[in-house]
Amino acid sequence: MSIKVKDVNYTYAENTAYEIHALKDINLEIPDGQFIGLIGHTGSGKSTLVQHLNGLIRATGGRIYFNGRDIYGENFSMKELRSKVGLVFQYPEHQLFEIDVLSDVCFGPKNLGCSREEAERKAREALRMVGMGEEYDKSSPFELSGGQKRRVAIAGVLAMEPEVLILDEPTAGLDPRGRDEILDQIERLQKERGITVILVSHSMEDVARYVDRIIVMDHGQVRFDDAPAAVFRHYKELEEIGLAAPQMTYLMHALREKGADVDTDAATVKEAADAIERWLRNRLG
Amino acid sequence: MLRDITLGQYYPAKSIIHQLDPRVKLVTTMIFIISLFVAKGITGYAVATLFLVMAVRMSRVPFKYITKGLKAVFMILMITVVFNLFLMDGEIELWRFGFLRITDKGVRTAGFMALRLIYLIIGSSIMTLTTTPNDLTDGLERLLSPLKRIHVPVHEIAMMMSIALRFIPILLEETDKIMKAQMARGADFESGNLIRKARAMVPLLVPLFISAFRRANDLAMAMEARCYHGGEGRTKMKPLHYESRDKTAYAVVWGYFLLVTAITWFQRQYGVMLL
Repeated sequence: MSIKVKDVNYTYAENTAYEIHALKDINLEIPDGQFIGLIGHTGSGKSTLVQHLNGLIRATGGRIYFNGRDIYGENFSMKELRSKVGLVFQYPEHQLFEIDVLSDVCFGPKNLGCSREEAERKAREALRMVGMGEEYDKSSPFELSGGQKRRVAIAGVLAMEPEVLILDEPTAGLDPRGRDEILDQIERLQKERGITVILVSHSMEDVARYVDRIIVMDHGQVRFDDAPAAVFRHYKELEEIGLAAPQMTYLMHALREKGADVDTDAATVKEAADAIERWLRNRLG
Repeated sequence: MLRDITLGQYYPAKSIIHQLDPRVKLVTTMIFIISLFVAKGITGYAVATLFLVMAVRMSRVPFKYITKGLKAVFMILMITVVFNLFLMDGEIELWRFGFLRITDKGVRTAGFMALRLIYLIIGSSIMTLTTTPNDLTDGLERLLSPLKRIHVPVHEIAMMMSIALRFIPILLEETDKIMKAQMARGADFESGNLIRKARAMVPLLVPLFISAFRRANDLAMAMEARCYHGGEGRTKMKPLHYESRDKTAYAVVWGYFLLVTAITWFQRQYGVMLL
Protein backbone atom coordinates (compact mmCIF):
# COMPACT_ATOMS: atom_id res chain seq x y z
CA MET A 1 0.00 0.00 0.00
CA SER A 2 1.74 3.13 -1.13
CA ILE A 3 1.36 6.22 -3.22
CA LYS A 4 3.96 7.08 -5.79
CA VAL A 5 3.97 10.45 -7.50
CA LYS A 6 6.07 10.56 -10.63
CA ASP A 7 7.01 13.74 -12.54
CA VAL A 8 3.64 15.33 -11.83
CA ASN A 9 2.99 18.74 -13.34
CA TYR A 10 -0.15 20.80 -13.10
CA THR A 11 -1.10 24.05 -14.78
CA TYR A 12 -4.24 25.98 -13.88
CA ALA A 13 -6.22 27.59 -16.71
CA GLU A 14 -3.78 26.53 -19.41
CA ASN A 15 -3.39 28.93 -22.34
CA THR A 16 -5.23 31.85 -20.77
CA ALA A 17 -4.13 35.03 -19.07
CA TYR A 18 -4.69 33.33 -15.72
CA GLU A 19 -2.28 30.48 -16.39
CA ILE A 20 -0.47 29.32 -13.26
CA HIS A 21 2.09 26.55 -13.21
CA ALA A 22 1.06 25.19 -9.81
CA LEU A 23 3.13 22.00 -9.67
CA LYS A 24 6.50 21.39 -11.27
CA ASP A 25 7.96 17.90 -11.63
CA ILE A 26 6.83 16.52 -8.31
CA ASN A 27 8.33 13.16 -7.34
CA LEU A 28 7.31 11.57 -4.07
CA GLU A 29 6.97 8.19 -2.49
CA ILE A 30 4.57 7.77 0.38
CA PRO A 31 4.89 4.38 2.09
CA ASP A 32 2.41 2.88 4.53
CA GLY A 33 1.82 4.15 8.02
CA GLN A 34 3.87 7.31 7.84
CA PHE A 35 2.84 10.53 9.54
CA ILE A 36 3.80 13.23 7.09
CA GLY A 37 3.71 17.00 7.35
CA LEU A 38 3.30 18.82 4.05
CA ILE A 39 4.42 22.37 4.63
CA GLY A 40 4.37 25.35 2.36
CA HIS A 41 3.52 28.97 2.11
CA THR A 42 0.10 30.06 0.80
CA GLY A 43 0.09 29.36 -2.93
CA SER A 44 3.02 26.95 -2.82
CA GLY A 45 0.92 24.20 -4.38
CA LYS A 46 0.37 22.00 -1.34
CA SER A 47 -3.43 21.96 -1.60
CA THR A 48 -3.20 21.31 -5.31
CA LEU A 49 -0.84 18.42 -4.70
CA VAL A 50 -3.07 16.65 -2.18
CA GLN A 51 -6.06 16.94 -4.49
CA HIS A 52 -4.06 14.97 -7.03
CA LEU A 53 -3.60 12.15 -4.57
CA ASN A 54 -7.28 11.22 -4.57
CA GLY A 55 -7.90 12.10 -8.18
CA LEU A 56 -9.93 15.28 -7.74
CA ILE A 57 -7.49 17.11 -9.97
CA ARG A 58 -5.97 15.41 -12.96
CA ALA A 59 -2.30 16.15 -13.50
CA THR A 60 -1.50 17.89 -16.77
CA GLY A 61 1.65 15.77 -16.91
CA GLY A 62 3.13 12.78 -15.08
CA ARG A 63 1.69 9.73 -13.37
CA ILE A 64 0.42 8.76 -9.94
CA TYR A 65 0.49 5.17 -8.74
CA PHE A 66 -1.67 3.89 -5.92
CA ASN A 67 -0.47 0.48 -4.73
CA GLY A 68 1.42 0.17 -7.96
CA ARG A 69 -1.57 0.86 -10.17
CA ASP A 70 -1.70 3.91 -12.42
CA ILE A 71 -4.68 6.01 -11.26
CA TYR A 72 -5.05 7.46 -14.75
CA GLY A 73 -5.19 3.93 -16.17
CA GLU A 74 -8.25 2.87 -18.10
CA ASN A 75 -10.05 0.62 -15.66
CA PHE A 76 -9.00 2.32 -12.46
CA SER A 77 -11.97 3.33 -10.33
CA MET A 78 -11.72 6.88 -8.97
CA LYS A 79 -14.49 6.10 -6.53
CA GLU A 80 -12.45 3.30 -5.02
CA LEU A 81 -9.41 5.57 -4.83
CA ARG A 82 -11.42 8.23 -3.02
CA SER A 83 -12.63 5.68 -0.49
CA LYS A 84 -9.04 4.62 0.21
CA VAL A 85 -7.54 8.10 0.21
CA GLY A 86 -9.68 10.29 2.43
CA LEU A 87 -9.26 14.02 1.96
CA VAL A 88 -10.47 16.52 4.53
CA PHE A 89 -10.59 19.97 2.94
CA GLN A 90 -9.78 23.28 4.51
CA TYR A 91 -12.71 24.51 6.58
CA PRO A 92 -14.46 21.15 6.15
CA GLU A 93 -17.39 22.33 8.27
CA HIS A 94 -18.58 24.26 5.20
CA GLN A 95 -19.57 21.01 3.54
CA LEU A 96 -22.11 19.90 6.19
CA PHE A 97 -25.64 19.70 4.84
CA GLU A 98 -27.71 17.02 6.59
CA ILE A 99 -30.40 17.54 9.19
CA ASP A 100 -28.48 15.75 11.93
CA VAL A 101 -24.88 14.93 12.71
CA LEU A 102 -25.22 11.17 12.29
CA SER A 103 -26.80 11.36 8.82
CA ASP A 104 -24.13 13.76 7.68
CA VAL A 105 -21.36 11.41 8.70
CA CYS A 106 -23.28 8.56 7.01
CA PHE A 107 -23.08 10.34 3.66
CA GLY A 108 -19.64 8.98 2.83
CA PRO A 109 -20.17 5.30 3.69
CA LYS A 110 -23.59 5.34 1.98
CA ASN A 111 -21.99 6.62 -1.20
CA LEU A 112 -19.65 3.66 -1.02
CA GLY A 113 -22.64 1.35 -1.04
CA CYS A 114 -22.90 0.50 2.65
CA SER A 115 -26.27 -0.52 4.02
CA ARG A 116 -28.00 1.87 6.40
CA GLU A 117 -27.01 -0.10 9.51
CA GLU A 118 -23.42 -0.49 8.41
CA ALA A 119 -23.15 3.18 7.52
CA GLU A 120 -24.54 4.19 10.90
CA ARG A 121 -22.18 1.84 12.71
CA LYS A 122 -19.20 3.31 10.89
CA ALA A 123 -20.48 6.83 11.45
CA ARG A 124 -20.88 6.25 15.20
CA GLU A 125 -17.40 4.79 15.38
CA ALA A 126 -15.93 7.75 13.51
CA LEU A 127 -17.77 10.27 15.68
CA ARG A 128 -16.48 8.64 18.87
CA MET A 129 -13.00 8.66 17.39
CA VAL A 130 -13.03 12.43 16.99
CA GLY A 131 -14.44 12.82 20.47
CA MET A 132 -18.05 13.63 19.65
CA GLY A 133 -20.31 12.02 22.24
CA GLU A 134 -23.54 10.16 21.54
CA GLU A 135 -25.59 13.10 22.76
CA TYR A 136 -24.75 15.00 19.56
CA ASP A 137 -25.85 12.29 17.13
CA LYS A 138 -29.29 13.76 16.60
CA SER A 139 -28.49 17.46 16.85
CA SER A 140 -28.32 19.67 13.79
CA PRO A 141 -24.76 20.18 12.55
CA PHE A 142 -25.50 23.88 12.25
CA GLU A 143 -26.11 24.29 15.97
CA LEU A 144 -22.64 23.08 16.93
CA SER A 145 -19.64 25.25 17.73
CA GLY A 146 -16.93 25.79 15.16
CA GLY A 147 -14.59 23.18 16.63
CA GLN A 148 -17.38 20.62 16.93
CA LYS A 149 -18.47 21.20 13.35
CA ARG A 150 -14.95 20.56 12.22
CA ARG A 151 -14.77 17.28 14.16
CA VAL A 152 -18.04 16.15 12.59
CA ALA A 153 -16.69 17.01 9.14
CA ILE A 154 -13.48 15.08 9.82
CA ALA A 155 -15.58 12.16 11.06
CA GLY A 156 -17.44 12.34 7.75
CA VAL A 157 -14.24 11.34 5.98
CA LEU A 158 -13.06 8.93 8.69
CA ALA A 159 -16.32 6.98 8.43
CA MET A 160 -15.23 5.88 4.97
CA GLU A 161 -12.34 4.09 6.71
CA PRO A 162 -9.57 5.39 4.46
CA GLU A 163 -6.10 3.89 4.40
CA VAL A 164 -4.57 7.27 3.78
CA LEU A 165 -5.96 10.32 5.53
CA ILE A 166 -5.08 13.75 4.21
CA LEU A 167 -6.03 16.82 6.22
CA ASP A 168 -5.69 20.24 4.63
CA GLU A 169 -5.02 22.79 7.37
CA PRO A 170 -7.22 21.00 9.90
CA THR A 171 -6.49 23.55 12.59
CA ALA A 172 -7.10 26.78 10.64
CA GLY A 173 -9.21 29.20 12.63
CA LEU A 174 -9.28 27.11 15.82
CA ASP A 175 -8.15 28.31 19.22
CA PRO A 176 -4.97 26.74 20.70
CA ARG A 177 -6.87 24.21 22.74
CA GLY A 178 -9.06 23.13 19.81
CA ARG A 179 -5.95 22.85 17.69
CA ASP A 180 -4.12 20.62 20.17
CA GLU A 181 -7.18 18.44 20.71
CA ILE A 182 -7.68 17.80 17.03
CA LEU A 183 -4.00 17.14 16.39
CA ASP A 184 -3.78 14.80 19.39
CA GLN A 185 -6.79 12.87 18.15
CA ILE A 186 -5.30 12.57 14.69
CA GLU A 187 -2.06 11.30 16.19
CA ARG A 188 -3.88 8.69 18.27
CA LEU A 189 -5.81 7.61 15.22
CA GLN A 190 -2.64 7.24 13.22
CA LYS A 191 -1.05 5.11 15.95
CA GLU A 192 -4.10 2.94 16.61
CA ARG A 193 -5.09 2.24 13.07
CA GLY A 194 -1.67 2.40 11.51
CA ILE A 195 -2.97 4.49 8.63
CA THR A 196 -0.93 6.97 6.66
CA VAL A 197 -1.65 10.57 7.61
CA ILE A 198 -0.64 13.61 5.60
CA LEU A 199 -1.03 16.84 7.49
CA VAL A 200 -1.02 19.95 5.31
CA SER A 201 -0.02 23.09 7.14
CA HIS A 202 1.92 26.30 6.85
CA SER A 203 3.12 26.12 10.42
CA MET A 204 6.17 24.03 11.37
CA GLU A 205 5.30 24.61 14.99
CA ASP A 206 2.05 22.69 14.62
CA VAL A 207 3.44 19.65 12.93
CA ALA A 208 6.89 19.42 14.56
CA ARG A 209 5.49 17.56 17.52
CA TYR A 210 3.65 14.90 15.54
CA VAL A 211 5.09 13.96 12.20
CA ASP A 212 7.98 11.70 11.30
CA ARG A 213 8.63 13.22 7.90
CA ILE A 214 8.32 16.75 6.54
CA ILE A 215 7.89 17.71 2.91
CA VAL A 216 8.45 21.40 2.25
CA MET A 217 6.96 22.91 -0.88
CA ASP A 218 7.79 26.21 -2.48
CA HIS A 219 6.53 27.62 -5.78
CA GLY A 220 5.17 24.27 -6.90
CA GLN A 221 8.36 22.35 -6.15
CA VAL A 222 9.50 20.09 -3.35
CA ARG A 223 12.31 21.91 -1.56
CA PHE A 224 12.99 19.55 1.34
CA ASP A 225 11.79 16.04 2.08
CA ASP A 226 13.31 14.58 5.22
CA ALA A 227 12.92 13.86 8.90
CA PRO A 228 11.82 16.95 10.88
CA ALA A 229 15.17 17.49 12.59
CA ALA A 230 16.98 17.34 9.26
CA VAL A 231 14.57 19.81 7.69
CA PHE A 232 14.82 22.23 10.61
CA ARG A 233 18.59 22.34 10.19
CA HIS A 234 17.85 24.37 7.05
CA TYR A 235 16.09 27.00 9.13
CA LYS A 236 17.80 29.83 7.30
CA GLU A 237 16.64 28.58 3.91
CA LEU A 238 13.15 28.02 5.31
CA GLU A 239 13.00 31.68 6.21
CA GLU A 240 13.90 32.64 2.67
CA ILE A 241 10.78 30.89 1.37
CA GLY A 242 8.55 32.57 3.93
CA LEU A 243 8.45 29.76 6.46
CA ALA A 244 9.98 29.44 9.88
CA ALA A 245 11.43 26.60 11.88
CA PRO A 246 9.87 26.01 15.32
CA GLN A 247 10.80 28.60 17.95
CA MET A 248 12.79 26.02 19.88
CA THR A 249 15.11 25.50 16.91
CA TYR A 250 16.00 29.18 17.08
CA LEU A 251 16.47 29.03 20.82
CA MET A 252 18.78 26.04 20.58
CA HIS A 253 20.85 27.66 17.85
CA ALA A 254 21.07 30.87 19.88
CA LEU A 255 22.26 28.88 22.92
CA ARG A 256 24.86 27.13 20.85
CA GLU A 257 26.14 30.44 19.54
CA LYS A 258 26.60 31.53 23.13
CA GLY A 259 28.79 28.52 23.65
CA ALA A 260 26.33 26.03 25.15
CA ASP A 261 26.82 22.56 23.77
CA VAL A 262 23.11 21.71 23.36
CA ASP A 263 21.45 19.47 20.83
CA THR A 264 20.17 21.87 18.14
CA ASP A 265 17.77 19.28 16.74
CA ALA A 266 15.33 19.76 19.62
CA ALA A 267 12.17 21.20 18.09
CA THR A 268 9.45 20.99 20.72
CA VAL A 269 9.39 22.59 24.14
CA LYS A 270 9.78 19.19 25.78
CA GLU A 271 12.73 18.17 23.65
CA ALA A 272 14.36 21.54 24.25
CA ALA A 273 13.90 21.25 28.01
CA ASP A 274 15.43 17.77 27.95
CA ALA A 275 18.34 18.94 25.82
CA ILE A 276 19.08 21.85 28.13
CA GLU A 277 18.81 19.61 31.15
CA ARG A 278 21.23 17.12 29.59
CA TRP A 279 23.68 19.89 28.84
CA LEU A 280 23.45 21.29 32.36
CA ARG A 281 23.94 17.87 33.94
CA ASN A 282 26.97 17.24 31.75
CA ARG A 283 28.45 20.54 32.74
CA LEU A 284 27.86 20.02 36.43
CA GLY A 285 28.60 16.33 36.59
CA MET B 1 -15.68 22.93 -15.72
CA LEU B 2 -17.35 25.79 -13.88
CA ARG B 3 -14.54 28.08 -14.86
CA ASP B 4 -15.80 28.03 -18.44
CA ILE B 5 -18.48 30.61 -17.75
CA THR B 6 -17.08 33.88 -19.03
CA LEU B 7 -20.10 36.14 -18.63
CA GLY B 8 -19.24 38.91 -16.22
CA GLN B 9 -15.58 37.94 -16.05
CA TYR B 10 -12.82 40.41 -16.57
CA TYR B 11 -9.91 39.54 -18.82
CA PRO B 12 -6.86 41.58 -17.89
CA ALA B 13 -4.94 43.01 -20.85
CA LYS B 14 -3.50 46.32 -21.94
CA SER B 15 -5.57 47.66 -24.77
CA ILE B 16 -7.24 50.88 -25.84
CA ILE B 17 -10.64 49.28 -25.20
CA HIS B 18 -9.64 48.38 -21.65
CA GLN B 19 -8.64 51.99 -21.04
CA LEU B 20 -11.87 53.55 -22.31
CA ASP B 21 -14.27 55.13 -19.89
CA PRO B 22 -16.87 52.56 -18.80
CA ARG B 23 -19.66 54.93 -19.86
CA VAL B 24 -18.33 54.89 -23.40
CA LYS B 25 -18.34 51.11 -23.40
CA LEU B 26 -21.85 50.90 -21.99
CA VAL B 27 -23.23 53.37 -24.51
CA THR B 28 -21.32 51.69 -27.32
CA THR B 29 -22.67 48.29 -26.43
CA MET B 30 -26.17 49.68 -26.32
CA ILE B 31 -25.80 51.43 -29.66
CA PHE B 32 -24.30 48.32 -31.17
CA ILE B 33 -27.22 46.21 -29.97
CA ILE B 34 -29.74 48.72 -31.35
CA SER B 35 -27.83 48.83 -34.62
CA LEU B 36 -28.20 45.07 -34.91
CA PHE B 37 -31.96 45.48 -34.88
CA VAL B 38 -31.89 48.45 -37.25
CA ALA B 39 -29.67 46.75 -39.81
CA LYS B 40 -31.36 44.81 -42.57
CA GLY B 41 -29.69 42.91 -45.35
CA ILE B 42 -26.14 41.94 -46.01
CA THR B 43 -24.68 45.43 -46.36
CA GLY B 44 -25.88 46.51 -42.95
CA TYR B 45 -24.54 43.37 -41.35
CA ALA B 46 -21.26 43.68 -43.19
CA VAL B 47 -20.76 47.06 -41.55
CA ALA B 48 -21.72 45.60 -38.17
CA THR B 49 -19.28 42.71 -38.70
CA LEU B 50 -16.53 45.11 -39.57
CA PHE B 51 -17.21 47.14 -36.45
CA LEU B 52 -17.27 44.04 -34.26
CA VAL B 53 -14.08 42.58 -35.74
CA MET B 54 -12.38 45.91 -35.17
CA ALA B 55 -13.50 45.98 -31.54
CA VAL B 56 -12.38 42.37 -30.95
CA ARG B 57 -8.96 43.04 -32.51
CA MET B 58 -8.49 46.20 -30.50
CA SER B 59 -9.52 44.60 -27.21
CA ARG B 60 -6.60 42.10 -27.36
CA VAL B 61 -8.77 39.45 -25.75
CA PRO B 62 -8.18 36.09 -27.47
CA PHE B 63 -11.09 35.32 -29.77
CA LYS B 64 -11.34 31.82 -28.32
CA TYR B 65 -11.99 33.37 -24.93
CA ILE B 66 -14.79 35.55 -26.24
CA THR B 67 -16.61 32.73 -28.00
CA LYS B 68 -16.67 30.70 -24.78
CA GLY B 69 -19.66 32.82 -23.76
CA LEU B 70 -21.54 31.53 -26.79
CA LYS B 71 -21.61 27.97 -25.46
CA ALA B 72 -24.03 28.97 -22.73
CA VAL B 73 -26.63 30.28 -25.21
CA PHE B 74 -26.13 27.62 -27.85
CA MET B 75 -29.47 25.95 -27.07
CA ILE B 76 -31.44 29.18 -27.28
CA LEU B 77 -29.70 29.94 -30.52
CA MET B 78 -30.60 26.54 -31.99
CA ILE B 79 -34.25 26.83 -30.94
CA THR B 80 -34.54 30.29 -32.48
CA VAL B 81 -32.98 29.13 -35.70
CA VAL B 82 -35.18 26.04 -35.98
CA PHE B 83 -38.40 27.97 -35.28
CA ASN B 84 -37.59 30.69 -37.76
CA LEU B 85 -36.48 28.18 -40.33
CA PHE B 86 -39.68 26.17 -40.34
CA LEU B 87 -42.37 28.66 -39.34
CA MET B 88 -41.55 31.66 -41.51
CA ASP B 89 -43.87 31.85 -44.51
CA GLY B 90 -42.28 32.89 -47.77
CA GLU B 91 -42.95 32.68 -51.46
CA ILE B 92 -40.29 30.40 -52.76
CA GLU B 93 -40.41 26.95 -51.30
CA LEU B 94 -37.01 25.32 -50.98
CA TRP B 95 -37.81 22.04 -49.23
CA ARG B 96 -40.90 20.24 -48.07
CA PHE B 97 -41.57 17.19 -45.92
CA GLY B 98 -45.14 16.65 -44.78
CA PHE B 99 -46.26 19.79 -43.01
CA LEU B 100 -42.68 20.99 -42.60
CA ARG B 101 -41.47 23.43 -45.19
CA ILE B 102 -38.56 25.74 -45.59
CA THR B 103 -38.89 28.88 -47.64
CA ASP B 104 -36.40 31.44 -48.80
CA LYS B 105 -37.69 33.92 -46.27
CA GLY B 106 -37.33 31.37 -43.47
CA VAL B 107 -33.69 30.73 -44.32
CA ARG B 108 -33.03 34.46 -44.50
CA THR B 109 -34.72 35.28 -41.20
CA ALA B 110 -33.15 32.33 -39.41
CA GLY B 111 -29.71 33.28 -40.70
CA PHE B 112 -29.96 36.90 -39.68
CA MET B 113 -31.53 36.01 -36.35
CA ALA B 114 -28.63 33.69 -35.54
CA LEU B 115 -26.15 36.33 -36.62
CA ARG B 116 -27.93 38.95 -34.53
CA LEU B 117 -27.85 36.79 -31.40
CA ILE B 118 -24.21 35.82 -31.85
CA TYR B 119 -23.16 39.44 -32.41
CA LEU B 120 -25.21 40.51 -29.44
CA ILE B 121 -23.43 38.08 -27.14
CA ILE B 122 -19.97 38.81 -28.54
CA GLY B 123 -20.64 42.55 -28.32
CA SER B 124 -21.66 42.46 -24.70
CA SER B 125 -18.90 39.96 -23.85
CA ILE B 126 -16.31 42.43 -25.10
CA MET B 127 -17.71 44.97 -22.70
CA THR B 128 -17.67 42.69 -19.66
CA LEU B 129 -14.29 41.19 -20.57
CA THR B 130 -12.57 44.56 -20.86
CA THR B 131 -14.22 46.34 -17.95
CA THR B 132 -13.84 45.44 -14.30
CA PRO B 133 -17.15 44.99 -12.50
CA ASN B 134 -16.40 48.04 -10.38
CA ASP B 135 -15.84 50.27 -13.40
CA LEU B 136 -18.95 48.90 -15.00
CA THR B 137 -21.22 49.79 -12.13
CA ASP B 138 -19.50 53.13 -11.69
CA GLY B 139 -20.29 53.93 -15.28
CA LEU B 140 -23.83 52.72 -14.93
CA GLU B 141 -24.38 54.81 -11.85
CA ARG B 142 -23.19 57.93 -13.62
CA LEU B 143 -25.23 57.20 -16.74
CA LEU B 144 -28.40 56.66 -14.74
CA SER B 145 -27.86 59.51 -12.31
CA PRO B 146 -30.44 61.79 -14.00
CA LEU B 147 -33.05 59.30 -12.81
CA LYS B 148 -32.29 60.27 -9.22
CA ARG B 149 -34.55 63.26 -9.73
CA ILE B 150 -37.54 60.99 -10.06
CA HIS B 151 -36.46 59.09 -6.91
CA VAL B 152 -34.97 56.05 -8.56
CA PRO B 153 -32.41 54.63 -6.07
CA VAL B 154 -29.62 54.67 -8.65
CA HIS B 155 -26.76 54.34 -6.20
CA GLU B 156 -28.37 51.40 -4.42
CA ILE B 157 -29.06 49.64 -7.71
CA ALA B 158 -25.46 50.16 -8.80
CA MET B 159 -24.17 48.92 -5.45
CA MET B 160 -26.33 45.81 -5.62
CA MET B 161 -25.13 45.15 -9.13
CA SER B 162 -21.48 45.49 -8.22
CA ILE B 163 -21.91 43.19 -5.23
CA ALA B 164 -23.78 40.64 -7.34
CA LEU B 165 -21.09 40.73 -10.03
CA ARG B 166 -18.35 40.52 -7.45
CA PHE B 167 -19.95 37.47 -5.93
CA ILE B 168 -20.21 35.46 -9.15
CA PRO B 169 -16.59 34.27 -9.16
CA ILE B 170 -16.63 33.80 -5.39
CA LEU B 171 -19.68 31.60 -5.50
CA LEU B 172 -18.32 29.68 -8.49
CA GLU B 173 -15.15 28.98 -6.59
CA GLU B 174 -17.16 27.98 -3.54
CA THR B 175 -19.28 25.63 -5.65
CA ASP B 176 -16.14 24.07 -7.04
CA LYS B 177 -14.74 23.60 -3.56
CA ILE B 178 -17.90 22.08 -2.07
CA MET B 179 -18.30 19.83 -5.09
CA LYS B 180 -14.78 18.53 -4.61
CA ALA B 181 -15.29 18.10 -0.88
CA GLN B 182 -18.42 16.03 -1.47
CA MET B 183 -16.74 14.07 -4.24
CA ALA B 184 -14.00 13.24 -1.76
CA ARG B 185 -16.81 11.70 0.30
CA GLY B 186 -17.89 9.61 -2.64
CA ALA B 187 -20.62 11.87 -4.03
CA ASP B 188 -21.41 11.40 -7.69
CA PHE B 189 -22.80 14.38 -9.58
CA GLU B 190 -22.74 12.95 -13.06
CA SER B 191 -24.36 9.55 -13.39
CA GLY B 192 -27.93 8.40 -12.80
CA ASN B 193 -31.29 9.60 -14.07
CA LEU B 194 -32.78 13.04 -13.61
CA ILE B 195 -34.23 12.40 -10.15
CA ARG B 196 -30.97 10.93 -8.89
CA LYS B 197 -29.05 13.84 -10.31
CA ALA B 198 -31.43 16.33 -8.68
CA ARG B 199 -31.05 14.51 -5.36
CA ALA B 200 -27.29 14.57 -5.74
CA MET B 201 -27.48 18.36 -5.84
CA VAL B 202 -28.71 18.60 -2.23
CA PRO B 203 -25.25 18.09 -0.65
CA LEU B 204 -24.02 20.83 -2.95
CA LEU B 205 -26.85 23.37 -2.70
CA VAL B 206 -27.39 23.35 1.06
CA PRO B 207 -23.78 24.28 1.92
CA LEU B 208 -23.72 26.74 -0.98
CA PHE B 209 -26.78 28.60 0.27
CA ILE B 210 -25.45 28.67 3.80
CA SER B 211 -22.16 30.05 2.60
CA ALA B 212 -23.90 32.68 0.46
CA PHE B 213 -25.89 33.86 3.45
CA ARG B 214 -22.83 33.82 5.66
CA ARG B 215 -20.90 35.89 3.15
CA ALA B 216 -23.77 38.32 2.72
CA ASN B 217 -23.98 38.73 6.47
CA ASP B 218 -20.23 39.30 6.78
CA LEU B 219 -20.26 41.85 3.98
CA ALA B 220 -23.21 43.76 5.44
CA MET B 221 -21.42 43.83 8.76
CA ALA B 222 -18.19 45.06 7.20
CA MET B 223 -20.02 47.77 5.28
CA GLU B 224 -21.81 48.95 8.35
CA ALA B 225 -18.59 48.95 10.36
CA ARG B 226 -17.26 51.42 7.81
CA CYS B 227 -20.33 53.63 8.21
CA TYR B 228 -21.82 52.88 4.82
CA HIS B 229 -25.17 54.60 4.60
CA GLY B 230 -26.07 54.69 0.93
CA GLY B 231 -25.20 57.14 -1.80
CA GLU B 232 -26.04 60.40 -0.05
CA GLY B 233 -23.01 62.64 0.07
CA ARG B 234 -20.68 59.85 -0.95
CA THR B 235 -17.68 60.88 -3.02
CA LYS B 236 -15.52 58.79 -5.33
CA MET B 237 -11.84 58.12 -5.02
CA LYS B 238 -11.47 58.07 -8.77
CA PRO B 239 -14.25 60.13 -10.35
CA LEU B 240 -14.93 59.32 -13.99
CA HIS B 241 -14.02 61.90 -16.56
CA TYR B 242 -13.74 61.73 -20.30
CA GLU B 243 -10.34 61.72 -22.02
CA SER B 244 -9.76 62.59 -25.66
CA ARG B 245 -9.77 58.89 -26.60
CA ASP B 246 -13.26 58.59 -25.14
CA LYS B 247 -14.48 61.41 -27.34
CA THR B 248 -12.91 59.80 -30.39
CA ALA B 249 -14.60 56.53 -29.47
CA TYR B 250 -17.98 58.28 -29.22
CA ALA B 251 -17.43 59.83 -32.64
CA VAL B 252 -16.57 56.44 -34.17
CA VAL B 253 -19.57 54.77 -32.58
CA TRP B 254 -22.06 57.42 -33.64
CA GLY B 255 -20.51 57.40 -37.12
CA TYR B 256 -21.03 53.66 -37.26
CA PHE B 257 -24.62 53.96 -36.10
CA LEU B 258 -25.43 56.66 -38.64
CA LEU B 259 -23.89 54.55 -41.38
CA VAL B 260 -26.02 51.52 -40.49
CA THR B 261 -29.16 53.67 -40.24
CA ALA B 262 -28.37 55.37 -43.53
CA ILE B 263 -27.92 52.05 -45.29
CA THR B 264 -31.22 50.76 -43.96
CA TRP B 265 -33.01 53.99 -44.85
CA PHE B 266 -31.50 53.94 -48.33
CA GLN B 267 -32.63 50.38 -48.87
CA ARG B 268 -36.15 51.14 -47.74
CA GLN B 269 -36.43 54.40 -49.65
CA TYR B 270 -35.32 53.07 -52.96
CA GLY B 271 -36.37 49.50 -52.52
CA VAL B 272 -32.86 48.41 -53.29
CA MET B 273 -32.40 45.21 -51.40
CA LEU B 274 -28.86 44.17 -51.80
CA LEU B 275 -30.16 40.75 -50.89
